[in-house]
Amino acid sequence: MPDTERSLPERADSTITMQVARYRPDADSAPTMQEYVVPMREEWAVLDGLNYIKDWLDGTLSFRWSCRMGICGSCGMTVNGDPALTCGTFLTDYAPGPVRVEPLANFPVIRDLVVDIDDFLRKLPAVQPWLVRDDEQGVDGVEFLQTPAEMDEYKQYSMCINCMLCYAACPVYGLEPDFLGPAAIALAQRYNLDSRDQGAHRRMDVLATAEGVWACTYVGECTTACPKGVDPAGAIQRYKLTAATRTLRSLLLPRGSR
Amino acid sequence: MTARRSSAEAAAWLLFGAGGVVSALLVPVLLLLFGVVFPLGLLAPPEYPHLAAVLGHPLTRIVLFGLCVLALLHWAHRFRYTLSEGLQLPRLRAPITLLCYAGALAGSVWAAVVLFG
Repeated sequence: MPDTERSLPERADSTITMQVARYRPDADSAPTMQEYVVPMREEWAVLDGLNYIKDWLDGTLSFRWSCRMGICGSCGMTVNGDPALTCGTFLTDYAPGPVRVEPLANFPVIRDLVVDIDDFLRKLPAVQPWLVRDDEQGVDGVEFLQTPAEMDEYKQYSMCINCMLCYAACPVYGLEPDFLGPAAIALAQRYNLDSRDQGAHRRMDVLATAEGVWACTYVGECTTACPKGVDPAGAIQRYKLTAATRTLRSLLLPRGSR
Repeated sequence: MTARRSSAEAAAWLLFGAGGVVSALLVPVLLLLFGVVFPLGLLAPPEYPHLAAVLGHPLTRIVLFGLCVLALLHWAHRFRYTLSEGLQLPRLRAPITLLCYAGALAGSVWAAVVLFG
């Protein structure tokens, strides 16, 4: 972080101990916890504590962050056992400490608090999270109007910032790495429920599978973990009904009226 | 991803849902009536011949049989995941699934024997 203007923060009245997971898979056999004492200020989030460590105590600590305001979804970590955005989790809430900071669960660790989310990035395009149109017109000259009610249908699911907290919270994903996962299914629903989209039938081949919605057992931890109020568990349950009705119709009804 | 659409999972989930709804609607009523209200004398229980006649009606038996089958299928679906994921036995998934639904089938046959035999 190139920030030459900054000077060492003035002495804080109180401090808090942060226990931070350190791990270099190429050199270490197992992760170890390292303790740092950082100032505790009312307005400091866990991420501020980590940046203090990086700037003043130990430059070798690695972690991802960017926006500091819950938009970019980079700084998800496990704080005292729960997946959380470290920019929105405040040190004072853990006083008197210590605060344990570990990488997100269910993902391979690249280094320290940085995890490898390639698995999600491979699964995401499979659900075609974009507007699919049968009529492939160009963007220019085409305007798709939408009423506020139509927008409310999917708006909640469009708040996803791909922070991976739901994958870290999901016990099914932990046991079954092939599970498509909460965010990918919620994003599929974001487009399925969009009045402008016509791709629901294409997404069904990926969603209505044993690795898709049927792997979910409705634990609901994804919704608890989501910092943006997306409710992936609700999206999955809703899609289960869609997929089940669809299956029933294809079994019971003649081909023409499906 | 090479996954295929799964009709079996859809059917299992629909039956699981149906079993949950039916059980949630009927079982508490039956428990309340026969477990609390009648024993405590809050309501006069029906005379035995009356109750026997209600139970003897084919429609009652069909409804009770439906309740038993769906409740068992609900149990099978839930218990299957409790075993394979709750106890973390992913390698035993196939036999667990088989065992649970076979159990539901056996229970359904037993219910049929009791109700219609």
